[in-house]
Amino acid sequence: MIEWVLDGLLVLALLVTAVAALWSRDLFRAVVVFIAFGLLMALAWVRLQAPDIALAEAAIGAGLTGVLLLDAARHLTGKHPDESDGGSDREAGR
Amino acid sequence: MMSGFKNLLTTVFCLMLAVVLGFAVWSIGAEPSPVNLPGHLSENLEKSGVEHPVTAVLLNFRSYDTLLEIGVLVIAGIAGISMARTSSLEDPELRTSDSLLYALQRWFVPLMLLLAGYLLWAGADRPGGAFQAGAVMASTGVLMRMGGIPMDFLRPGTMLRLGLTLGFSVFLLVALASVWGGEAFLAYPPALAKSLIVVIEGVLTFSIAMVLLALFVSAPINRGVEPEEGERG
Amino acid sequence: MTPSLLYAFAGVGLCTIGLYGFVRLAHLLRKLLAFNLIGSGVFLVMVGLAQHHNGPDPVPQALVLTGIVVAIAATALAVVLIRRYFHLSGQTTLAEPARGNDEGASQSGEDRQR
Repeated sequence: MIEWVLDGLLVLALLVTAVAALWSRDLFRAVVVFIAFGLLMALAWVRLQAPDIALAEAAIGAGLTGVLLLDAARHLTGKHPDESDGGSDREAGR
Repeated sequence: MMSGFKNLLTTVFCLMLAVVLGFAVWSIGAEPSPVNLPGHLSENLEKSGVEHPVTAVLLNFRSYDTLLEIGVLVIAGIAGISMARTSSLEDPELRTSDSLLYALQRWFVPLMLLLAGYLLWAGADRPGGAFQAGAVMASTGVLMRMGGIPMDFLRPGTMLRLGLTLGFSVFLLVALASVWGGEAFLAYPPALAKSLIVVIEGVLTFSIAMVLLALFVSAPINRGVEPEEGERG
Repeated sequence: MTPSLLYAFAGVGLCTIGLYGFVRLAHLLRKLLAFNLIGSGVFLVMVGLAQHHNGPDPVPQALVLTGIVVAIAATALAVVLIRRYFHLSGQTTLAEPARGNDEGASQSGEDRQR
């Protein structure tokens, strides 16, 4: 009985973090919630008796993908690249 | 108006998809499967060369999937590297901005590499293996990059090429060697299975780490020109 | 009904949420997040449905492990492309600009690429 409660709560948390990751107003916050989703997925894999996948999901899904997307989010919400470079990139990008 | 209609259409379609998929999952789950895979696996486990069933499946019973996977990784790595526009592989702003991270790296990097080595070795008889070890090694590289350490080995050169190609080519070589020996493609000779798996896992770890790290480093776009090969910018 | 089937249904839910977000969201990075959600949902269905009757099954676990590594390679390549696109066009969506035909070529390339 207690296992059903645990699994039910975990599934609910997975769905809620998925929705929150996609529809957060701020892009940075969306990526952070996505990292949390990755960690919850690692828990789900443990509950499914798949420790290899849990290790890989924690390292890759939460770790590498998280850092990659955080870096991208920071740069994509920054200033337009043409403004800061004074036009040199516009020629180069042609 | 059109956007409201499209919104409704998308919602209806996704709900229908959810219902159909849910029904499919329910009906597939209702009857027991005709094949008992875990039973088959535990019978054949000794012939594979390792004790952990997932590693045995990945590197022996379904090694073709792993071969294709490392091939896909190499292609993605080549595509990502060819689009890279980082002028220098060291970001000088990062080094001075977070001195705590820069100092902690001296402790983290050796420990993480040790952890990667342990995960690779532990894959033989407990959860672990090449993928997890490769991911931890790639994370070590990412940590070094975040801390602002210049990583010259990622420039187009010997080390990068070795990293990209070693995993796939060694794996393919072992696969073809079985064909030349007269057996099927990717059939390891049972006496050599364990050592072949160890060798393949080692090069796979290295390749996976280099590809993921190269893809990570290729993402930012700095001002300036691409470094030509042979230049030390 | 074992807990594994519950996770399979959670996978179905994730696939649906991911697909809806992929179609409706305009920002390219959010589309990438939605794409990853679809992938995670598929993995849950693969493992949950297979392990429903027979218990822990190494074959779908190995396939999902391969899938996770391929998914992050695809995500990393997509991030490289998105950042390059942002660098060249200054936009983070695929919307048509008010003027100019220059972005037409890169847009159709992005649309086809998925």
